[in-house]
Amino acid sequence: MHRIGDAPKVRRALVSAAVILSALFLLLPLVAIFAQAFSAGADVFWRNITQPDTLSAIGLTLFITVLTIPVNLVFGVALAWLVTRFRFPGRRLLQTLIDIPFAVSPVVAGLVYLLLYGRNGWIGGWLDTHDIQLMFAWPGILMVTIFVTCPFVARELIPLMQAQGSRDEEAAVTLGASGWTLFRRVTLPNIRWALLYGVILTNARAVGEFGAVSVVSGAIRGQTNTLPLHVELLYQDYNTVGAFASASLLALIALLTLATKAGLEWRAARREA
Amino acid sequence: MITLAQMTGSTPKRVLPGFGLSLGISLTFVSLVLLLPMTSLVGQLSGLSLAEYWAIITEGRVVASYVVTVGAAAVAALVNAAFGLLMAWVLVRYEFPGKRLLDALMDLPFALPTAVAGITLATLYSSNGWMGQLLAPTGLQVAYTWVGIALAMAFTSIPFVVRTVQPILEDMPVQVDEAALTLGASDGTAFRRVILPHLWPALVTGTGLAFVRSLGEFGAIIFIAGNTPYETEITSLMIFVKLQEYDYVGASAIASVVLATSLVLLLAINLWQGRFIKRLHGGKG
Amino acid sequence: MSIRLKNIAKTYGKAGRGVSRALEPLDLDIHEGELIGLLGPSGSGKTTLLRIIAGLEAADTMSDRPSSIHFGDRDVTHLHVRDRRIGFVFQHYALFMHMSVFDNVAFGLTALPRKQRPSSGEIRARVQRLLEMVQLESLANRYPAQLSGGQQQRVSLARALALRPDVLLLDEPFGALDAKVRQELRRWLRHLHDELNFTSVFVTHDQEEALELSDRVVVMSNGRIEQIDSPEVLYRSPANRFVFEFLGDVNRLEGHVHDGTLTCGDARLDVDLDEGSHELLLRPHEIKLDEHPTELAHLPVTITAIAPVGAEVRVELEADWLAEPWLATIRHADFERLRIKRGQRLYAIPRQWHQFPAANQRSIASETMS
Repeated sequence: MHRIGDAPKVRRALVSAAVILSALFLLLPLVAIFAQAFSAGADVFWRNITQPDTLSAIGLTLFITVLTIPVNLVFGVALAWLVTRFRFPGRRLLQTLIDIPFAVSPVVAGLVYLLLYGRNGWIGGWLDTHDIQLMFAWPGILMVTIFVTCPFVARELIPLMQAQGSRDEEAAVTLGASGWTLFRRVTLPNIRWALLYGVILTNARAVGEFGAVSVVSGAIRGQTNTLPLHVELLYQDYNTVGAFASASLLALIALLTLATKAGLEWRAARREA
Repeated sequence: MITLAQMTGSTPKRVLPGFGLSLGISLTFVSLVLLLPMTSLVGQLSGLSLAEYWAIITEGRVVASYVVTVGAAAVAALVNAAFGLLMAWVLVRYEFPGKRLLDALMDLPFALPTAVAGITLATLYSSNGWMGQLLAPTGLQVAYTWVGIALAMAFTSIPFVVRTVQPILEDMPVQVDEAALTLGASDGTAFRRVILPHLWPALVTGTGLAFVRSLGEFGAIIFIAGNTPYETEITSLMIFVKLQEYDYVGASAIASVVLATSLVLLLAINLWQGRFIKRLHGGKG
Repeated sequence: MSIRLKNIAKTYGKAGRGVSRALEPLDLDIHEGELIGLLGPSGSGKTTLLRIIAGLEAADTMSDRPSSIHFGDRDVTHLHVRDRRIGFVFQHYALFMHMSVFDNVAFGLTALPRKQRPSSGEIRARVQRLLEMVQLESLANRYPAQLSGGQQQRVSLARALALRPDVLLLDEPFGALDAKVRQELRRWLRHLHDELNFTSVFVTHDQEEALELSDRVVVMSNGRIEQIDSPEVLYRSPANRFVFEFLGDVNRLEGHVHDGTLTCGDARLDVDLDEGSHELLLRPHEIKLDEHPTELAHLPVTITAIAPVGAEVRVELEADWLAEPWLATIRHADFERLRIKRGQRLYAIPRQWHQFPAANQRSIASETMS
């Protein structure tokens, strides 16, 4: 079978170029993270990781992530169900609106939340008189994290649910299934892998968000410092090894994300074949 | 009492359940999380006169940051267009050992937190970093120059072109290749005149998205940029600096420019894409 | 331009695991100006053979028996597809969707190296002529997505002819079209072929199409050529059972022969065959129906279904002695004379029957019996 560019010479040249460039621009940074983290030995790495400041940053990051995921899961499923199972005016607009977080610079995202809930903001002023502080505290971090990660679950589900159509659910309705049973027994089994991937992406982004969080956090060590902010702090303090030790934890989560994605794709490809 | 279904003017008889509930959740979420915060920007800016607004957004240091940001983002997007096309082609058309690994690696920039990417690139390309040492004899300085900014932008937006072009290339029937070959076309001609135009909408979309993402990128850039006023300051950083000076009005004004640019570009990409899809899949005109 | 194939074979898969033979080594001679149909069920190797002629696939290299492909005197065995000077029409058109109809047809000309490329004026004129030929001159500026399937296939044909190829190869050219358009395009292709007088090979799985369109038909199965003949010869004297069964409906009669009489339940037929078990095959038009048995044939049947189709009536017959129902086609005149109704009992009288002994021998056709 002949295809364009299947001459061995062309093929070799292009594959080599792709591999070399990818190694240089993608693999090398990945290797560098771990090389730096362990550059002073494993015991230094361990000391860096187990420092109280680092541990509290890990704790806050996990706390924020654990709260973000269910919120976006509910929203993502609801939105996907709405726009793929019903037609109504404004459907397209709704689909466009959820892309806003992708287009908005994280710094701008942080800014608009700061303006709204900060001391001088519309709502923030009222909150301040009631002694409720959202900005420069964990609720602010949670809010911007939800903002930047909210498209992920919906974005994974919508194309899939659109392609699958509502025939299964309609069949189930004719068989008397309703509401929660219908969703749990018919829809969920069809979308569980896309749902899982959406959650993984949400997780990766929630753990790693930097720009938006750095605007609203105040970055108080041991209190409102998330792991990425902690990395920055250590790096600015010229504690490179410490910064990379924390960074390597984040890189590890990134690698798990990639592995999950590859695994899910491999699974899908095998089922098709 | 008015139900949500009546509010949207829809017929109450729907086969599947959950319309009211999903609409309720979605609208509440979109309003509170996405739209309400945006209004604060308008509120903040409403106190400004047009002249004041104009003065802020055209201040010399800010304008310099536009130039740096747009220029570096353009370079990053173009580099990614070439690299993404190459990667998509190699990953779809050839079989070789390690291909799955390479494929998985393409998503790294989306999975890796931007701050981590930032400190890593800054360390790698600093004068005593691995790449920095390698490039030193060539005289090319990456760290603390606009080249570094473009590099960081390019890194964080790598997946856009690859992942938009890849599925289109995969779906391209073998016969299109074969038709071009039976008509006597050389590989070069066939690629330029048959394959590239087929991929063009996806390529432009991917490049456009990479550009928009690069305009707004922050975490990956600030570490490698040097952040020298008028030279290596990006616009996102300008907003950040204004905020640290408690100049909320100034930050909002600049943010409004960034936001408007991104939204307009995104809209333009969507419209442009729609035009092409129409031609390839029917519709008269 | 004639096409001569020698020792063409094709194996897929790697040696050692899951090798499948798509083509057994075969020879084929196609004369200049012929329109040849490659006919066979899916998996018979017909498309593989066509693609090997085109150069889209390479034939196996066998050290003991070198394969070769000649177009006229030109040895094209090792020539790349782009240098073979063929026109190829794909089943699903494979038009360039982002180009207008005009640009699609002009592609081969504009893709020529600068030195050989005609001037843009000449290209325009040639494309114009081709579009007139396929009756699409008014649609030159449309995009393929705006055309019907039949129109797209005509564009594809014009595109293939633009370089004045030595041979025209068509892979199931009408397979994706609906019956009426298919019929129309078939006639039109035959006409075009006769007018332009090039050598054409087309692949089809539709026997009617092959018989109607081809000068000669190559019947294939399991990677082998079963028979090469003109449609008349093919239909009248099929080389073996496969060809016979593939070319039309078949009725079966199994029974035991003793003293020149084949019996099967209460059915009886005088035959000139040896003692033992035999299977006879009959075409629907070789069965006559009557109210009485003859001396030679006593085959009682019951009419179970009637369908007038065109010039004849298709009648389904059942009987205790038949494992599966027979199909007979009779003339309207006979239909009316016998006043055939469902449930009616009549006698079947074979005009002719066929028998195929074990593999690959010529058929023994019986004498006319009525």
